[in-house]
Formats: sequence, C-alpha cells, structure tokens
Amino acid sequence: MNLYALLRVALRALAINKLRSLLTMLGIIIGVGAVIVMIAVGSGAQARVEEQIRSLGSNLLLILSGATTSGGVRMGFGSNLTLTEDDAAAIPREIPEVTAAPALRGSAQIVWGNQNWSTVIFGVTPEYLEVRQWEIAAGRRFDATDMAGAAKVCLIGQTVARQLFGGVDPVGQSIRVRRVPFTVVGVLEGKGQSMMGSDQDDLVIMPISTARKRVLGAANLAKQRSVGTIWVKVPEGNDMKAAEEQVRALLRQRHRLQPGQDDDFSLRNLEEVAAAQEASSRVLALLLAAVASVSLVVGGIGIMNIMLVSVTERTREIGLRRAVGARTRDILGQFLVEAVTLSLIGGLAGIALGVGAAFGIARIAGWRIVLSPEAVVLAVAFAFAIGVFFGFYPARKAARLNPVEALRFE
Amino acid sequence: MPTALIQTRDLLKIYRVGDTEVRALDGVTMQITTGDFVAVMGPSGSGKSTFMNVLGCLDRPSGGEYLLDGRPVANLTDDALAEVRNRSVGFVFQNFNLLPRTSALENVELPLVYAGVAARERNLRAAEMIAKVGLAARGHHQPAQLSGGQQQRVAIARALVTRPKLILADEPTGALDSRTSLEIMALLQELNRTGMTVVIVTHENDIARFARRVLRFRDGRVVADEANPPLDAALMFAEEPVHA
Repeated sequence: MNLYALLRVALRALAINKLRSLLTMLGIIIGVGAVIVMIAVGSGAQARVEEQIRSLGSNLLLILSGATTSGGVRMGFGSNLTLTEDDAAAIPREIPEVTAAPALRGSAQIVWGNQNWSTVIFGVTPEYLEVRQWEIAAGRRFDATDMAGAAKVCLIGQTVARQLFGGVDPVGQSIRVRRVPFTVVGVLEGKGQSMMGSDQDDLVIMPISTARKRVLGAANLAKQRSVGTIWVKVPEGNDMKAAEEQVRALLRQRHRLQPGQDDDFSLRNLEEVAAAQEASSRVLALLLAAVASVSLVVGGIGIMNIMLVSVTERTREIGLRRAVGARTRDILGQFLVEAVTLSLIGGLAGIALGVGAAFGIARIAGWRIVLSPEAVVLAVAFAFAIGVFFGFYPARKAARLNPVEALRFE
Repeated sequence: MPTALIQTRDLLKIYRVGDTEVRALDGVTMQITTGDFVAVMGPSGSGKSTFMNVLGCLDRPSGGEYLLDGRPVANLTDDALAEVRNRSVGFVFQNFNLLPRTSALENVELPLVYAGVAARERNLRAAEMIAKVGLAARGHHQPAQLSGGQQQRVAIARALVTRPKLILADEPTGALDSRTSLEIMALLQELNRTGMTVVIVTHENDIARFARRVLRFRDGRVVADEANPPLDAALMFAEEPVHA
C-alpha cells in the first residue's frame, strides 16, 4: 500500500470518530502551542539580554580606579583616582591592536532656558564613542581640535534631549552645565536600559580636557591627569583573557606595585559578565521549552491510548485485511500513519494556537517575543516524532495480531 | 485429467493449552482437484475450521506437507503467505466481514489495494465483480444499507476480484435465512460451473447437499470422503414458496 492510500485510510478512520480524534489531537495542539509560546517568550527575553549586551559594546575591559581608605573607612572603587590619562595612552602603545578610552565621571545640573535636569557628565576622548559604540543621531562628534582647545561643546543622550528640549532640535543650542555655557553639537542614538536596569541615555558627553578644566576639575586639581575609568576595546577574535593579563601587568608596572601587593585598580572583563547573563537567559528559555514539551509528551500518551483502543476495536478489520493479502508492514503502516496524522494535524493546529497566543501575550502583557521559523519547524518535527514514537507500539500490536484469532475476535 | 489444486500429506496442527496437547489436525492426507466443490463437515472441535485456515494460508501447519497449485506453502514466510492469500485464495466468512461505513465497491476493491493494482483498474474490476454477483445498482451502498444476502454477495465479489483459483467459504450461510442461503449456494454453484474450485465448511447437511464431494472430519482426521450428487440450488430457489 502506498503512502497516499494509507493516508486516505487513516483520514477515513479518524473521521469516523470525529470527537474522539479531536480530543486526542487537543493534547498535541496544546503541547505544540505551549512549546511555541514558551520558545517565543524565552527567545524574546534572550534577545533583550543580547541587545543590552550589544549596547554596552563588545569585547570590552573596564578598568576602575582604586579605593581609598580614610580613617579606617574604605571607600568604593573610583574614590581614589589612581588611573591617569597617561595610563590610557600607554595601553594602546604597549599592547598592539587595543583601543583605550579614559573617562572622567561626575554629575551636574544642566539648564536650557527655563528647563533644568540633573544628569551624569562624562569627560572623554574621541575614542570613547567608538569603544562604547555610541552612534550619533544628529549633529557631529567632537574631534581632536575640540580636545586640544578644551572647547565648550557637548553631546547629549536621548533622555536629556527629551527632558530638556522636548520637541526642539537640540543641535546648536546652548546649555549651561554648572553655569558654564556649552554648545550642543550632537545627539546620541538611544541605547535603552543597561543590563543593571539604569538608563544609559541619561548623560552628557564632553571632551575630557573641557570637563577637567571647566566642570569637574575643582575637586581633582591636585591630580591633573587622573581619571575614574578606562575602557579598553580588544579587537574581535583576540584572546580577552590574554589582553586582560597584559593590561594588568602593564598597569602594575606603571604604578610600581611590588609582587604580592594588591592592585590599586579593578579590572573587569565585561565579556564574562555578558556571557554569564546570556547563559542564564538561555537556560531560562530552555527550561520554559522543556516544561512545555512535557505537555507534548502527555499529548503523545493520549495518542497511544486512543490508538490502543482503536486497534482493539478494529481487530476483526485487521484480521480481514490480513486475510485478503495485507502484509504485517501494511497493517503497521496503516496504524502508524493514523497516529502520525493525528499528531501532525494537531501540530499544525497547535502552531496556529501558539502563534496566536504568542502575539496575544506580546500585546496584552507587552512582553517581547521572538517567533523563529526554526521553533515552528522544531515543534512540528517534535509532534511528528511523538506520533511515530507513541504510535509505534499500538501499530506493532496490530501488525502482530494472529489473523486467525483476529478474525474470530468478538 | 483434472489436476490437483490442493494436495496435503500428513497435515498436523498441534495447539498446546497448558499442559495438554490438542491435535486439531492429526494427519490429514487428501487432495482436491481443480473445479471441484467440496463441503467440509464435522462437529465443532473436529478440526474443520483449522483445516480451512491452513488451506487458506491464514495458519501454518505444525507438520506435514501442503501443495497449493503444485507449490509447497507450508513453510512460507508471513509476507509470502499474505501474497498467496491475496492472489490465489478468496475468503467468504459467516459474518461477511465487510468494512463498515465503506461502500460495497470499495470493499470489493480492498484485495486489489494490497495487490498494488492502480486505482483506475481497481474501480473497473470491482464494478465488474459487483455486477457479476447481481448488485450493480448497489455499488455505492454501505454494508449497513444492504440485506444479509446482499452483504454476502459483496463479500463473494471481494473474494473473486483478484481472480483466485480457490474460494474458501467458512459457514457462508450461517447468518442467513434458508431462502437467502439457497440464493448464496446457487451463486457458489454457478461460480463452480464456470471452473472455480469451491470449498465450504458447514455443519448443515442441507448445505452440504449442494457440493459434489463431502469430507467429514472427526478429532482432526478425515473419517469419510464421499462423492455426492449435488442438488441444484438455483432450481430449489425457484421452487421455494415466497413467504409473505
């Protein structure tokens, strides 16, 4: 018997018990639907994490200045600015291919017309924008000339633009940062929330020379060249671990630290942080899919159950088919195709249900979902496999019936 | 000289029920020539049904030899036996065994499906057989819409559709009233007159009278083998008073 003939026999048998077939399929429909929804939600969460990691910039080392101890009270990293712009300049000189960007951080009240806003000020070199992968939405970057002249120019983040300017184009406008007038030369592209949940777009970026001299300098006059952080970008494909060790060794040497003495800075490999975040979101997605596939397995057991009933009910039919020339594999094929048909139709209906439910969740709960064709194919393949796996035992039972006894069965 | 369609020698069929051994067939040696009409009789448990199942290749003997159309079939594989059943044997059962919710034509087609015959030819041959048993107008009826006699005719058409050499009928009139039984026996006699070999199992002497030869079984052995001048079922059917 060819596949087409088997399919026709299967569809007819399923049509005879419509309600029963539908109820049996329901298990698979719900299972496939659940798998699709869970994969969509899981990959949505994963995509969000990946996006946040990308917004940070890739292949980054973050060096934080050391901590001070004052009267037995230990302050946090950055309280003692042990790093300098010279350290930042030395890193790309000594370690080939890496880029280093120093940053001085402070906070300030900024004013435009009758609006004001408290935000974070970053004094940086032009490399910073490249290293942190900040793109410009409007206007221009600042350049070496602005750096050298300590020009009173700045770039503002999307949040600042929104809070201070509302609908007005900020480029070319003059704002006051701690009463110092600055010209806004550009607006940064939005990055959204960071992995820790803070708003990355709430900031003002200006040349580090300007920041030191005009805005943040007062507290750090003694240390003319010191900075709070240095970002180091390692080219794609280079060993992050090796770069980390080279940077550590270089800084220890520059800071004249003896072997055994603690680092006076803190070095973080953001790759590791990102990898951990990504791994946990992947585990979550897998877990969701695994829980959902349990319901698919339960659906498969339902198919097996009903197929066993069907084989018993149709024992005489099986005997007759054997008597008129059906081979064991014809009978096996007939019941296997019937089980797979149940699971595949259920699978297709489940896709419709799952996709609908995923969009419903995205709409109602506002969650991010990612529907990939791979997930849909996977769910159908899984449904097919369930049909074969749970259909095989009943089909084999049917095929192994002794024709004489099957014909005599009441 | 008519050739032997069926030849058996020392056919054995032994079942084990717990510790006891049941010899359903205990050394059956016989032959049936092509074109014969044989009635197999005997009390229940005499081995006549087992004999039928072995002749039809539904069951394998435990021992002995069986040649069907000159070919030894006692030790064929399951698949080879299925092919023999499909090509060489047509079965007719007491309870018709038609597939429910399936038209008469499709029921007749069934053996051709397993023979791998293309759909067009299946339709043609099934229609031809349905016409041959006198149900041309009922081809699209489902079994539930047909009378017992009509259902048995459909079953006979199904048995004939692969053009087998042998029709095996197990109590073909067991579920029918006496008038319809005559009708079915007349059909089988008609087939036999055109050269078909027919073997029926029955426990009714009235039915065995239509055969040319009667084999009597007891305890798994043939105890009598008698030639029988057959009655003409068609004639009796014509003379039978029709009850209102």
